[in-house]
Amino acid sequence: MKKKVLTVDDSRTIRNMLLVTLNNAGFETIQAEDGVEGLEVLENANPDVIVTDINMPRLDGFGFIEGVRRNEKYRAIPILVLTTESDAEKKNRARQAGATGWIVKPFDPTKLIDAIERVTA
Amino acid sequence: MDMNEIKEIFFQECEEQLAELESGLLKLNDGDRDPETVNAVFRAVHSIKGGAGAFGLDDLVSFAHVFETTLDCVRSNKLEPTQDVLKVMLKSADVLADLTNAARDGGSVDESRSRTLIRELEALAHGEAPAAAEAPAPKPVAAAPAPVVEKPPVNDEGFQPIPFSFGDFDDEPAGHYVPTVQIDFKPKKDLYAKGNEAVLLLRDVSRLGEMSVYCDMDALPPLDKMNPEEAYFSWKLSVTTEKGEDGVRSVFEFAEWDCDLDIRTIEEDVVGETADEEEPPMQPVPFDLSMLDEGASSAAGEEQAAENPAAAAVAAAETASKVAQVASRAAENAKAAAASAAQASQAAAAGQTIRVDLDRVDRLINLVGELVINQAMLSQSVVENDNNGTSSINMGLEELQQLTREIQDSVMAIRAQPVKPVFQRMARTVREIADITGKSVRLITEGENTEVDKTVIDKLAEPLTHMIRNAVDHGLEMPEKREALGKNPEGTVRLTAKHRSGRIIIELADDGAGINREKVRQKAIDNDLIAADANLSDEEIDNLIFHAGFSTADKVSDLSGRGVGMDVVKRSIQALGGRISISSKPGQGSVFTMSLPLTLAVLDGMVVTVAGQTLVVPLTAIVETLQPEASAIHSFGASQRLISIRNSFCPLVDVGRILNFRGTQANPVDGVALLVESEGGGQRALMVDAIQGQRQVVIKSLEANYTHVPGIAAATILGDGRVALILDVDAVVAASRGQSLRQDISLAATG
Repeated sequence: MKKKVLTVDDSRTIRNMLLVTLNNAGFETIQAEDGVEGLEVLENANPDVIVTDINMPRLDGFGFIEGVRRNEKYRAIPILVLTTESDAEKKNRARQAGATGWIVKPFDPTKLIDAIERVTA
Repeated sequence: MDMNEIKEIFFQECEEQLAELESGLLKLNDGDRDPETVNAVFRAVHSIKGGAGAFGLDDLVSFAHVFETTLDCVRSNKLEPTQDVLKVMLKSADVLADLTNAARDGGSVDESRSRTLIRELEALAHGEAPAAAEAPAPKPVAAAPAPVVEKPPVNDEGFQPIPFSFGDFDDEPAGHYVPTVQIDFKPKKDLYAKGNEAVLLLRDVSRLGEMSVYCDMDALPPLDKMNPEEAYFSWKLSVTTEKGEDGVRSVFEFAEWDCDLDIRTIEEDVVGETADEEEPPMQPVPFDLSMLDEGASSAAGEEQAAENPAAAAVAAAETASKVAQVASRAAENAKAAAASAAQASQAAAAGQTIRVDLDRVDRLINLVGELVINQAMLSQSVVENDNNGTSSINMGLEELQQLTREIQDSVMAIRAQPVKPVFQRMARTVREIADITGKSVRLITEGENTEVDKTVIDKLAEPLTHMIRNAVDHGLEMPEKREALGKNPEGTVRLTAKHRSGRIIIELADDGAGINREKVRQKAIDNDLIAADANLSDEEIDNLIFHAGFSTADKVSDLSGRGVGMDVVKRSIQALGGRISISSKPGQGSVFTMSLPLTLAVLDGMVVTVAGQTLVVPLTAIVETLQPEASAIHSFGASQRLISIRNSFCPLVDVGRILNFRGTQANPVDGVALLVESEGGGQRALMVDAIQGQRQVVIKSLEANYTHVPGIAAATILGDGRVALILDVDAVVAASRGQSLRQDISLAATG
């Protein structure tokens, strides 16, 4: 069965790149534009893994991750954070919020898929 | 979708982000300290950087990076966004826009400018931020992120799965030293809470090389005392891998904070010893991945598992952990079911807007135009054929007409856009010209959410840019002079948009010196535009600046010079079906007022007959209509005639004669006079034979389908299927003057 990935990013460019990369790698992809929409979409999507940006309007990545981890049904889903900042501070905050791992932008397809494979069965 | 399409999307998005950036910075400039404003500004630059990185646009990335770093200082309150800081940031936004354009269209950017700004931004990030040491140091331009140069292969065949196979390690050449790494791994419960999974980590370690594993289950309590959230197992692993300790550490990259982890390399000859003496009994165990991987690898795993009894122990350990998880998930699921039902209804609220290709909207607008024409034709033929008078068909037709009109309005609304983006671009124009002229200028925009058809907006930028340059360059005085005059040394340019009676009115006001009428008058005389003794009203003098080749600046400056004057502005406004006028008060400034149609697709027109031809006169040009009386007509010169209206004289223009529909002038008393407003605010009476009615017509371009016809603006199709020409009122009036302004103005003076 295809693995289902939920991506949350406010940039159309990045959303499209994720879509192309994930579809080419044989994933089913669902997308949301910010944390608020991400939490809404999550309810019916039942993804295997979530890939989220940090800087987003309405609800940022940290808030979104906390939201997922508070959700009884989905709290165990692996969440990968897309970040241009590779510095420890951002990673640390994402981790404290409950992120499973991270992908440093600009991502290449191999890095992205590799990270997803690492956190999913 | 391929990379090129995504790149196109990226540049579209950049434009939106740049607009967002600029409006955010301007808000900050006005004293807005809402954290969300700063965040939005930061996000805009951040997004551009992220996308640019994906496409290997290094110049853009490195500039955005420095910009973002400085913005981050503002965001974290390390840097106060003072006017001076914002000045640098607004300039940086301009350079970012230039870099984006250069990345899209090729071409180059003023490098010295961007280098200077990078230095200024870095100085802000360092100098005024005491905690700058903690902040990531801005990279110098040269140190642009290198890896992005290689374009990631994201196209169809670009994805390369990571091959792995258990067999690989059997083929290792003998005698080649491969380090063995020993790992003590005890997950904490946080590791699971964050979505990491011990079994996946073990799987990844097993992919590095030959692995042996021992699971310590001593801490596992009896089932009734077991907390499903807790972590009870710990593992001791040993793996022989080429990748060594670093390779193993990278497996635990995501997990290392949430577990006790000890990774060390053991010398080959010591392995056995250590295992025997200090560690629990350990033997190489092929790790069974069948539950994780599909296909070939699973078969291989099972085969090996059967051969080695120790595998059973591991499998048992895993099963235990799985059981615990399944149990906990089941409990969660039950609780979540009710919550999810409640939240499902909220999900539908997402998605307020959609993006549509402009071509599709244009096609829809064209089709609706055809529909309007078709509906008019249908009405007409029903009226002609229906002898019984009223019938249900007529009622149906009326409803159809109303619906058509509503559809048309709704479709037009789709293409309506706020003038905001154009106004925002003007902010940049003002900054640039203020910089060059050394003047201090404040741009105030009002009504930027006023909507107008996109085609009008697109054509508005150029004339507006030119007028703004003129206003700052020629209108505003130098700061010293303003101060001497008792004015605020900072000049103000006010750009306003509003709707008025079906048109959009755009006003550009400055508080500068106003029109120097003496100078304008002298210039006009020098350029042979008016007679030296012409008696002109202030308004008429002011309007002289719209004449071709007119420039009052003593020296042609770099900015508003270039031989392009207000005449070009006026022509482009007229090409949009608009009018422009000026009012000026010496010492207080000038106001330019533009009135534009809301759309270029339809127009309300008066249908008239001229020499047997049907013409449409745009309603907006018509001030009033009147039936001339013989006593009001006065002859003047050889062929000119005037009509007296309420104690003033107005030149009479025979449309049929001007358009060469007939050889001689018609008798004005037999026709109708349309009083129209023409260039320069003067009025003309256009003579037509009869008025047929007033209706909305769909504009069909003549240029696109035939060729330009002097005196005719466009064409339309009437209800009876005939083509009618739409009169270009200003062109007809200009033709009536025979290009001789001097005679014209003296005429006006006579009146």
